[in-house]
Amino acid sequence: MTLEARRAAETRFGRTGAIVVGAVVAVLAVTGGAFAIAGANPMDAYFAYFVAPLTREFTLWEVLNVSTPLLFAGAAVAIAFRSGYWNIGVEGQLLMGAVAAAGIGQVVHGWPSIVVLPLMVAAGALAGAAWALVPALLRVRLGIDEVVTTLLLNPVALLVVEALLHGPWTDPETGFPESPRIAEAAEFPKLAAFLPFLGKSRLHLGFILAIVIIIAAWWVLSRTSTGLRVRAVGLSPHGARFAGIKVERTLLRVALISGAVAGIAGVSEVAGIQFRLTAGISPGFGYTGIVVAMLGGLTMPGVLLAGLLLGDLSVGASSAVRSLQIPSQLGAVVEGTLLLAVIGALALRRARSRQEDERPADEGEPPPAEPKSMAPAEGPP
Amino acid sequence: MNFIADILAATFRNATPLVYGTVGETYAERSGVLNLGIEGTMYAGAFFGFAAAYQTGNALLGLAVAILVGIVAGGLMGLLTVTLGANQHVSGLGLTIGLIGISEFANRLIFSGDTLARIEPMPLWDPLAGLGDIGTVANQYGLTYLAFLVVVPVAWWVLARTPLGLSIRAVGENPEAADVAGISVFRIRYVALMIGGALMAVGGAFITLSMLGTFTLDIIAGRGWVCIALVIFGRWRIFRGVLGALVFAAVFSLGLRLRITPGFESVPNELMLALPYVVVIAALALSGRNVPYPGAYLKAYRRT
Repeated sequence: MTLEARRAAETRFGRTGAIVVGAVVAVLAVTGGAFAIAGANPMDAYFAYFVAPLTREFTLWEVLNVSTPLLFAGAAVAIAFRSGYWNIGVEGQLLMGAVAAAGIGQVVHGWPSIVVLPLMVAAGALAGAAWALVPALLRVRLGIDEVVTTLLLNPVALLVVEALLHGPWTDPETGFPESPRIAEAAEFPKLAAFLPFLGKSRLHLGFILAIVIIIAAWWVLSRTSTGLRVRAVGLSPHGARFAGIKVERTLLRVALISGAVAGIAGVSEVAGIQFRLTAGISPGFGYTGIVVAMLGGLTMPGVLLAGLLLGDLSVGASSAVRSLQIPSQLGAVVEGTLLLAVIGALALRRARSRQEDERPADEGEPPPAEPKSMAPAEGPP
Repeated sequence: MNFIADILAATFRNATPLVYGTVGETYAERSGVLNLGIEGTMYAGAFFGFAAAYQTGNALLGLAVAILVGIVAGGLMGLLTVTLGANQHVSGLGLTIGLIGISEFANRLIFSGDTLARIEPMPLWDPLAGLGDIGTVANQYGLTYLAFLVVVPVAWWVLARTPLGLSIRAVGENPEAADVAGISVFRIRYVALMIGGALMAVGGAFITLSMLGTFTLDIIAGRGWVCIALVIFGRWRIFRGVLGALVFAAVFSLGLRLRITPGFESVPNELMLALPYVVVIAALALSGRNVPYPGAYLKAYRRT
């Protein structure tokens, strides 16, 4: 490495460091201000939000439990976004998976769970994929922006759920707009039954399923030719088409798989947590999944870490309601701020490094020849 | 006739937030920025407009606060997508998540008890009272009159006939050429996003300040996303977008009215409520291929 190249690498590293520091400061300023307005000491609040849940055994397992739907949703979003398919409909696809699980769960009394559980997962995946099908077809056949159609189907999915709960599925015992409790065979087993150290934790099979899906998606995306095609389509549809990849078919499949993963998230919530369908089965998991996917840089290891981080945040936010009297809604503020800071920082770093890459070429000079060309670039105009 | 007049009156009322949102989104998108922050901007406009009106007892002051919130939201979107050049889809969704979070947080802080805070809604104008059904249709809120008689024509005129409108369209179609012609791409996009944000926020505030006189959670309920669809349906033209808003609102109002109409009790409410969304998707599907997206849609501009 020549001296100039090393110096350039160092300044670039220094600049990335500055951007990261800037993003962290921005997040701390916004969230710290919000904590202060809520009347809590920001340091105590950060501790309560991010560290406290990890210090006690029960809340530690609860973090994994709360992360489960976020891991599914994050994986579903990341799979789609990687191919450049903007599936914003994970929320609705998740609800459809939940509907399928509740539908099957109600009618399988007396069946063995070895049959029921795979059936529910398959049905949920199918339901999620079916809900993703129309926007995907409109996109690949008619070129209609999937952002709009997937978004618009989210409220429709919620209305389907409400129609069922106020209609045929109203709990006959209580009369509440909740579906009857699903059969015992349809409940996901608690992991504590196999792993005694989990104690009284609610952690269930869904968490294992989420991890398996994330590992499988990681393997397919990074180690197979299918994954290469998906990534190629995402990076450059035109280039991919030129290379002989069937772009439309790839997008369609990715959309369906993304919907299927989202559907399984719905199954997991019904079979693992609620044991029935309720209108509040998803407090916006599909949208949080977008945050998870972006914080994770659209990679599966990143989704895993980001999902756990937001699970941690969620458990912390709900326990801070009691311990520090901070409204739980502040969790969403922290989440949104984190997302905006991260995408802002990523964009800034990309812009800077592109400036550095492009400048020497623009001036027709070989990159390391002229140290001046590597001098700190001015900010974007 | 009474039935039709009722539905027409409700159509204009229900179309009003969509008209503000659609016109605002049209401005953003014509400058080359897809602003998915619209749902959150409408939400924040609805909440902060209401909160200010409640605290001061003055609905007009609430409206002013909503406009301010909308301008700030548009500026934030500009910071992310114009200055930093971040991905527009994710920036907008992040803005929506953040603004809804902040609104609900503030709602919890300001109206912490479970008592339902109310204000006196802005009054209805009834200029043609006594003309029977026409009077019924014309019995609307001031903000509805403002939307259809002032905002829509002025927004069209500015976009189509003024130098500012030309600049907005230029930076949205071909920012390089606009830059060469001496137009500041960055400044114009900020201006378009701020105008758009202000309009979106007024659309949200209309719901709390005029229609309901109170704020409830999930008050926007996807109206922002509908506006995004209406802009595409309207092919980025103000009047076509407004027409789309009227069609959506007509289907919506018809659904609401049929709920209380004898003979339709057996139809689930939810089906009626879902119908407008399905109609919008069907309309998009029918309008088909060759949608004329603005030339620089979704593209951040960089000077090289």
